[in-house]
Amino acid sequence: MREVSNSQAILEVKNLESAFMIEGEEYNAVDGVSFQVQPGKVVGVVGESGCGKSVMSLSIMGLLPKGIGKVAGGEIIFDGKHLEQLPDQKMNKIRGKEISMIFQEPMTSLNPVFTIGYQLEEVLHNHFKISKEEATKKIIQLLDAVGISRPNKIIKDYPHQLSGGMRQRVMIAMAIACQPKLLIADEPTTALDVTVQAQILELLQDIQRKNDMSIIFITHDLGVVAESCHEVIVMYAGRIVEKASVERLFKGPKHPYTKLLMGAIPRLDETVDELETIEGIVPTLTKMPSVGCRFANRCPQAMKECVEVTPQLKEEESNHEVACLLYEASRPEEEVSR
Amino acid sequence: MRNAAKPLLEVNNLQMHFPVRGGFFRRKIGEVKAVDGVTLSINKGETLGLVGESGCGKSTTGRSILRLLQPTAGQVLLEGEDITSVKGKKLWDIRKDMQMVFQDPYASLNPMQMVGNIVGEPIRNYYPKKKSEEIKQEVADLLKRVGLPEEAYYKYAHEFSGGQRQRIGIARALALKPKLIIADEPVSALDVSVQSQVLNLLNELQDEFQLTYLFIAHDLSVVKHMSNRIGVMYLGQIVEIADKGSIYENPLHPYTQALISAVPDASKVGEKRDRIVLEGDVPSPENPPTGCPFHTRCPKAIDKCSTIKPPLKEVKPGQQVACVLYDESLLKS
Ligand SMILES: Nc1ncnc2c1ncn2[C@@H]1O[C@H](COP(=O)(O)OP(=O)(O)OP(=O)(O)O)[C@@H](O)[C@H]1O
Ligand SMILES: Nc1ncnc2c1ncn2[C@@H]1O[C@H](COP(=O)(O)OP(=O)(O)OP(=O)(O)O)[C@@H](O)[C@H]1O
Ligand SMILES: [Mg+2]
Ligand SMILES: [Mg+2]
Repeated sequence: MREVSNSQAILEVKNLESAFMIEGEEYNAVDGVSFQVQPGKVVGVVGESGCGKSVMSLSIMGLLPKGIGKVAGGEIIFDGKHLEQLPDQKMNKIRGKEISMIFQEPMTSLNPVFTIGYQLEEVLHNHFKISKEEATKKIIQLLDAVGISRPNKIIKDYPHQLSGGMRQRVMIAMAIACQPKLLIADEPTTALDVTVQAQILELLQDIQRKNDMSIIFITHDLGVVAESCHEVIVMYAGRIVEKASVERLFKGPKHPYTKLLMGAIPRLDETVDELETIEGIVPTLTKMPSVGCRFANRCPQAMKECVEVTPQLKEEESNHEVACLLYEASRPEEEVSR
Repeated sequence: MRNAAKPLLEVNNLQMHFPVRGGFFRRKIGEVKAVDGVTLSINKGETLGLVGESGCGKSTTGRSILRLLQPTAGQVLLEGEDITSVKGKKLWDIRKDMQMVFQDPYASLNPMQMVGNIVGEPIRNYYPKKKSEEIKQEVADLLKRVGLPEEAYYKYAHEFSGGQRQRIGIARALALKPKLIIADEPVSALDVSVQSQVLNLLNELQDEFQLTYLFIAHDLSVVKHMSNRIGVMYLGQIVEIADKGSIYENPLHPYTQALISAVPDASKVGEKRDRIVLEGDVPSPENPPTGCPFHTRCPKAIDKCSTIKPPLKEVKPGQQVACVLYDESLLKS
């Protein structure tokens, strides 16, 4: 039974700060990120490389590299439990069982020296007391569910014997083996061909609906977001700059960064002569401006206040939040001065 | 807008088979039919896009055209001249007209060399008598043209970001004023914002220098943005080739139809699409199916497809398709 809480969210992240030690100093790769994931919903996370998407997911999973990275502030409340305070041992019980993750490159999480069957069995044994026969039966069912034909043969294969798409299916089978409430998918289809990507996306949606699972879906492909997410978070340099329902975001992006990102990507349904470009790059951790909007130096609409005042994420319309001074100007004076 | 002029590049029934060796004596035990009968042509100033799934033979096609690989069979004509088996000095001369831009800007540049030298090297090789001052000026102009700062000349490739390295690669490809540039996944390794900069640059350069591109990529939106015509490859063959409008709005080959329908579409928010989801994996080019290479996964396959290998045929003006369903004579046979 779920604990009683005033929020229905399966995951609530409040003001998350994740820091890395670089030459003896701490720098925030995730800097004050807040969002919620409702049960059965898919939340997309987009942003350029280096924006902190993976660091955010690793923070939720409690998988930041020990001694180098840590959750430096904020709260991660999953199903009523404060994950940021949980000792390793307890976190191990939740990870893989209640929250699981799939990564971009399946080979990083599949062990090349063990068979597929052995690796799936391990996942099951870690979380359930079941006999070998039961485990094998369950594994065959799982592989079948993710659309792998001849699962009896595949369980005896090693990862390198499978194609990229099949490995990604095995990863998904592993991730859903314990019917998690939340799945974090970090670029699960980026390395795949479009036809295989379509198969995998279809599969994820299917499982998501069947199990009423929530998903955090990290991707750089806005088309994937449009088709498979309910809500979208746009990250830039460790912060959320815009957050909206998928309909609202695609109908009317508000943040200049989101608009540029959308214009930079060629689309099948539109023809443009020239793509939008965003000059410059995401600042590295040690070069993040401490005050002001982090996108200001690349923003074509930047005003002089933008480097002085840090914009806060605020609701512009229902289901649509943006952190940009362009929108704050129209708000009452006292809010701006915060 | 079809050009009556002779195509810049013509490729006829190109084949590139790699031997598979095994056993104690490393004897040939099989063949990978990486490219198995590719026919295409590109007009001057045009961009032909080449798409298809990983392993279908796009890069091998590009490398065989450039004669970085010696094709097993078939013909490559550059401005009407057969270059399929030219050798020595002649090959060296022809290479000047055809350049390649690679996917991985990290791997394709020598880290020990100054950028100025990387870009200037082809000029020095081909024009050994050219004064070094003159070469230096040309290189400086090139670097400026691709949007690199002046100081770039004296820096090393590793000091640059991915997008900047790709610009260096483009400057190097332009150095000899080639007629044809084969760009093999030139933006696949780049972040979206940088990707759009490089694509815009390639388009500007094409207008400015009258370049002809063979643009290889697996991202269909990118290919559509860049190309006039598009060839769709499957298992070493071109299954459809047409102007981009036809490929995207009226694809005829069942594989092209599946490919287009698989592309996630940002304009389809929350809509459930009738997607053609293909079953199974691409067969191995070492052991390709008989008949049509796509028949094992084709939702529209009929009995004939497993025995007849359909040739590429013009079905509509400018649209060629290799499929039994559009070939009256094969259907009746
Ligand atoms: N182990 C680490 N040590 C130091 N800095 C790190 C480490 N891992 C990530 N970072 C830094 O944290 C920032 C966010 O990185 P992150 O991997 O979360 O980006 P991302 O949004 O996932 O990018 P991508 O799209 O490339 O996966 C970057 O500046 C990165 O260099
Ligand atoms: N030198 C080689 N020796 C043997 N086989 C090769 C060689 N080069 C390529 N192949 C094989 O030929 C086939 C086509 O490869 P190619 O690299 O042309 O595909 P591609 O369409 O460019 O794929 P990708 O999208 O992954 O780059 C593959 O099966 C590949 O393994
Ligand atoms: Mg990442
Ligand atoms: Mg290739």
